[in-house]
Amino acid sequence: MTDLRTQATEIHEQFEDQLEISVDDVEERLDTLVNEYKVPLSEARRSVTNTYLDEAGMERDELGGGGSGNDRVQVADVDAPEEWVDIKGEVTELWEANSDAVAQVGLFGDETGTIKFTKWSKSDLPELEEGAVYDLRNVVTDEYEGRFSVKLNRTTVIEELDEEIEVGDDDVSVEGALVDIQSGSGLIKRCPKEDCTRVLQNGRCNEHGEVEGEFDLRIKGVLDDGEEVHEILFNQEATESLTGITLEEAQEMAMDALDTSVVADEMRADLLGKYYRVTGPTFRRYVLVDEVERLAEPTDAEAVLIKARSI
Amino acid sequence: MATTPTREVARRVFAGEFNDATYTFKESDDERAPVYLLLPTGERANRVFLVGTLMETEDVGDDSEYWQGQVIDPNGDRFYMYAGQYQPDAASMLRELEPPAYVSVVGKPRTYETDDGEVNVSVRPESITEVDAATRDRWVVETAERTLDRIARYTDATGEDADEAAVDEYVSMAAEEYDLPIADYRRQVVEALESLEDEEAVAAEPDA
Repeated sequence: MTDLRTQATEIHEQFEDQLEISVDDVEERLDTLVNEYKVPLSEARRSVTNTYLDEAGMERDELGGGGSGNDRVQVADVDAPEEWVDIKGEVTELWEANSDAVAQVGLFGDETGTIKFTKWSKSDLPELEEGAVYDLRNVVTDEYEGRFSVKLNRTTVIEELDEEIEVGDDDVSVEGALVDIQSGSGLIKRCPKEDCTRVLQNGRCNEHGEVEGEFDLRIKGVLDDGEEVHEILFNQEATESLTGITLEEAQEMAMDALDTSVVADEMRADLLGKYYRVTGPTFRRYVLVDEVERLAEPTDAEAVLIKARSI
Repeated sequence: MATTPTREVARRVFAGEFNDATYTFKESDDERAPVYLLLPTGERANRVFLVGTLMETEDVGDDSEYWQGQVIDPNGDRFYMYAGQYQPDAASMLRELEPPAYVSVVGKPRTYETDDGEVNVSVRPESITEVDAATRDRWVVETAERTLDRIARYTDATGEDADEAAVDEYVSMAAEEYDLPIADYRRQVVEALESLEDEEAVAAEPDA
């Protein structure tokens, strides 16, 4: 596809519900401006978009992000939700979608790391293939529990690229003794309001007041190796795999005891004072745990003894 | 202040060195400023993490429960800990555990001056958990390493060709406050590690 054609397709997709136009119509307008009147492509695009906005009686902000106005970002740059961006990378993993609303979900990576992506069924977009490299234009960033993701939508343009990308690893690995499981761990309730997910304090959300919360599991822990402390955060999945307590079982435990704090108490009794190595991306001062390994036998007693004798 | 205060690292120290650490200090006049125990090898400790064998537990309280626990390290030195009504979780662990048992303890160092002027050092536990032998062995090696690091830093700083300006403030504080033979702590490290090797040797022996 030529550049003009690509741009025309993108503009067309933004207006196809409102206006009876074809991609050819759009391309012709762009072509006139660019090739006949020597207008730079970005200006031509803006002008054509404005014309269609007028025709459709729409405001610019009704368009998803407005296409070419997006920042081109890399995975590691994504640090805020609800931003419209263009991003290039490889589909490194495809996961099983756990809802009919989701057409595809998985990991998208570039040199700076990987990020989760979600493609909605209703967006009616072409199928992405694992291992292929794509340029995704007009995707929206999102955040949950400190983890960022990108969401493809109806206006997203997917272009498969014939290139290879060395996908980077932004994970860190830390180890030490688990010396604390902080308050706000165990069975918690979150605000159910859309895009809120704040943890409730005594049934209240800081933003939305008293709400009917939704149960979730997490652990906010501290790993300490005697020289440094690392705050680590286990989400529901990581908490379940570490403790063997599912969200359902945790709710039953809390019901039996008429108290949610029994869940965190049991986790403390089971986990504190033992050694672990955790791996995952960092967010603010936390390591978000993807993998956890219990450390037992010391590995280097002999080497330390040789060192001790030599001093 | 907007920033959350940084959490204090839990130091690794064998009981022999810990019990020699009788000097405590604060770094600001604020009433709530953290109290530090000065380790003889030249490090400040506001929190410790230890793993060992719980040997004895006893309720030493008069009116209300006040539990004492004694945890022994590989050198046979003991950590003393006390938990009362303000450490309910730790107190109930000491009440319920049957010695001997391997336990890991996170806690704050405390000092107490007796009537005859002796300073006793103990731990006020934040948490006590029963653990396995492998965790205890791992702690022994880790504590050996951390102690060696401190000894190496101390020896470098107090040696003949040390650059005085670069000397760590806690090393100079330790050199000033204590008159203790640092070589003892190296010996404790060696003995602790050798005890692990002996265990291995015993485990490897066929049944007689």
